[in-house]
Amino acid sequence: MGLVDAQPAAGRPLMQVSDLGVTFQTSRGSVRAVSGVSFEVRESEVFALVGESGCGKSTTALAVMRLVPPPGRIDSGQVVFDGVPLLDLDEDAMARVRGKQISMIFQNPLVALNPVYRSAAQIEEALLLDQIPRDRAWKLAVGVMGDVKIPDAPERALSYPHELSGGMRQRVMTGMMISRSPRLLIADEPTTALDVTIQAQVLELLMDIRRRTKMSIMIITHDFGIVAETADRIAVMYAGGIVEQGGVLEVFEQSGHPYTRLLMRALPRLTKEEGRLETIAGHVPNLVELPSGCTFHPRCPLKRDACLIERPTVREVSPGHFVTCHYPEV
Amino acid sequence: MLNYALRRMAFGLLVVFAVTIVLFSVMQLMPGDPIRLVADPSRIPAWRIEELRRSLGLDKPAYIQYFYWLNRLLHGDFGHSIVSGQSVSSLIAARLPYTLLLALGSLVLHYVIAVPLGLFAALRANSRIDRTIVLVVTVLRTLPGFWLGILMMILFAIKLKIFPISGYQGPLSAVLPVLTLTLPALGGTVRLTRSEVLETIREPFVLTAYAKGLPGRTVRVRHILRNALIPVTVMFFLSLPWIVGGSVIIENVFAWPGMGRLLWKAITNQDLPIVQGIIVIIAVLTVISNTIGDIISGVLDPRIRIELEEVGG
Repeated sequence: MGLVDAQPAAGRPLMQVSDLGVTFQTSRGSVRAVSGVSFEVRESEVFALVGESGCGKSTTALAVMRLVPPPGRIDSGQVVFDGVPLLDLDEDAMARVRGKQISMIFQNPLVALNPVYRSAAQIEEALLLDQIPRDRAWKLAVGVMGDVKIPDAPERALSYPHELSGGMRQRVMTGMMISRSPRLLIADEPTTALDVTIQAQVLELLMDIRRRTKMSIMIITHDFGIVAETADRIAVMYAGGIVEQGGVLEVFEQSGHPYTRLLMRALPRLTKEEGRLETIAGHVPNLVELPSGCTFHPRCPLKRDACLIERPTVREVSPGHFVTCHYPEV
Repeated sequence: MLNYALRRMAFGLLVVFAVTIVLFSVMQLMPGDPIRLVADPSRIPAWRIEELRRSLGLDKPAYIQYFYWLNRLLHGDFGHSIVSGQSVSSLIAARLPYTLLLALGSLVLHYVIAVPLGLFAALRANSRIDRTIVLVVTVLRTLPGFWLGILMMILFAIKLKIFPISGYQGPLSAVLPVLTLTLPALGGTVRLTRSEVLETIREPFVLTAYAKGLPGRTVRVRHILRNALIPVTVMFFLSLPWIVGGSVIIENVFAWPGMGRLLWKAITNQDLPIVQGIIVIIAVLTVISNTIGDIISGVLDPRIRIELEEVGG
């Protein structure tokens, strides 16, 4: 018990991911969807994983839950959650971690609920895992639906998923995933499939849950607007690896990686006068045959000879702000 | 739900009604005058024939005759065999239990084998055991029933002498015809179960079930199987009339005293009242099993219930 332990709870790491790698064996060769990914999520913080579609951010989240669908396989690294190495647990022990320690909200609420069970029954099913008597579990499930701001919860409890709107289904799923008070909630593109007005409500709900429960949230998104509104820290992914991570302010204001800067410039801004939106030249690389050296070099406006040959290492450009680039700009 | 079930039943009655109309029309369109079958105009005076026609109601317009006929059907009177003069309903009643024994026996055996096999294959998809299962049931499916039946007789009845060769000499006699009906049918159900399970495994809600912390076994039973078996269960009820129909040939191979054999003989003897009676029975069986299938699928899947209620079926 020293001074180190006395720092605010918000700073303590809850989950540490190191050198995580996921490979999909396909008929056209092995696809390295995630490689050498390291980051940490701290207690009570909102951590955002950002990137274009296909960059490996969802696969990273599924790997943390150990739910990568076959033919995908986690083939390197470790995930340490609250001191427990998750990749070493047997399947039963991992099932006890899911929902109770880490749970996850999925992208498309329209298909993520089982169509044959009533909404509250699907929440109740999670609660029953904690040895709660049945009659109490149902009441608790209806209560959870109230907590996630579903109007007329006792009535909606009996609805089947197809009788609910997209926003309502996302609330049912959120309720299901927070019902057992996990310490980390992973939200994979929680608003992508929803109407813009509903998006704001769901985000607000997540932030409200975080305020009430001090739960850590790892949000996966391609939307910098969401990051700016919600996140404390951010990691930017490109072609299966993290290119930059740090506090939201540092990464936004002093981006060290050319990719991050290009992404920020590609954002639509209402204040800008010129009509044309900036884009990043080239396209996301084929994960079967990644480019040599730095995976971003074919699209990088600042590339030099070393970028074509050598893989860049992670550099700490300022305390807690990491950039994976040969020539970070700071 | 009750509302839905009642609608399905009303719809089923409507179908039976439609079948009787079609059947009656076919009878009317057939050439020949039924009176001539019983009274030769060269030996019986015309006024006597007219009297007979009136007494049998054959002078009335077709739709009136239809209602007489329907009324007799509803009272279980299917007419009399032209050949033997026995009442058709008693002939069918004597044969129907044997046919149902074959049909239900092979249907149950078929699902008891096929569903676990399909599930097993799906959970080990693309392994050697999966490929073997699919190959074997596909080969079985291509075998003609009458040929398979004869092979079974040669092996189990003549060579090994385990089961009676043909006819009905107690419950053991049912084994060979039931197997002959079951083996070729396995393929469809094994493959349906396998593909439904494989499809359901990829559903996002299965990921959700894992993510909330359910152990693998619970996910497989409550989420994967529960959803994958909906179409398989419906298929169970839809296939009952097919098996009754398919048993016509198998009953003849095994000299089985069932309705199929009765139908076969009636067709070769042109004994129309028996043919009509059996067709009505098969139609009613078909409608009953389809209706049960519809109601069960509504019980199992709330989305179907709503859909069908909305179209008013």
